Amino acid sequence: MPQFTIEVIIENKKMARDPEGETIAKELITRGGFSKVKSVRAGKYLRLVVEADNEVQAQQIVTDMANTLRIFNPVVHTCSIRIKSEAE
Amino acid sequence: MKVAVIQFPGSNCDLDIFHVLRNVLHVETNLVWHKNFNGTDYDSAVLPGGFSYGDYLRAGIIAAHSPAMKHIKEMAKEGKPIVGICNGFQILIESGLLPGALLRNQGTAFICKWVKIRNETSNTPFTKTIRKGAILDIPIAHAEGRYVNEHDGIRELNENEQIVFRYVDNQGKTSENSNPNGSMDSIAGICSLERNILGLMPHPERASETILSPFSGSDGLRILSSLAQI
Repeated sequence: MPQFTIEVIIENKKMARDPEGETIAKELITRGGFSKVKSVRAGKYLRLVVEADNEVQAQQIVTDMANTLRIFNPVVHTCSIRIKSEAE
Repeated sequence: MKVAVIQFPGSNCDLDIFHVLRNVLHVETNLVWHKNFNGTDYDSAVLPGGFSYGDYLRAGIIAAHSPAMKHIKEMAKEGKPIVGICNGFQILIESGLLPGALLRNQGTAFICKWVKIRNETSNTPFTKTIRKGAILDIPIAHAEGRYVNEHDGIRELNENEQIVFRYVDNQGKTSENSNPNGSMDSIAGICSLERNILGLMPHPERASETILSPFSGSDGLRILSSLAQI
């Protein structure tokens, strides 16, 4: 069965401040002279290899998993699930 | 009254709460590995502090799927008192037994210090002997203790008197300075709608013997002693 690489990105919603991103922006990037970078949001990144018939099915499996197991907390997080490419 | 202290891989306040319940309060208490826990054997359960599963993915989320949590949910349904302290509070949130989220502290640092909290309600089994408005000295020790909820969620907690403890200053007032981690509404602890599940970030088990307190107090005992009386 073909394998697909799926990326899961979990970020805080706007209503939940992100002190890690704020600190990276202020103390590293702005202080380091890259003033064109205006904001940073830090998140969590998972890369999954999934067996499925096709990309759509692979994405559906991960979406079901993320919702069933609460991979993100829907009160404060957004969760993006996207196909990266066919796994090597 | 028979209490279980549930041990997850990475729990590290389990022996402290066990000591207080068994040796200070003389409550029949067992340490129980999370895979061996059977809720029908106990009248109450405590989820202790620590770093279950290394806080991987999100503090509390992996332990929230432990077999023990099925029993905890069953006990909660039966109205038995459940207490989650620090990582235990995070587990209760992530298992959906308490609403909201506990995120990285606003200052990003791990905070370990004594704070003051105000009891906001005597209408829980855990605070029924503590006057509303009473100020307690108690330590916190966490990196992810910033309570966050949607606007409506915070409103519902207030309307239903579910906010049990708030961080306050020496005068007993909430303020930005007295809020150590940036929690919304200065929330330090909440209870379930049915009032039998309590989650709090501060550590009552570390404030239960005068020898351990810089204030020579034992305010944590005022919360934990409820488990001896139920």
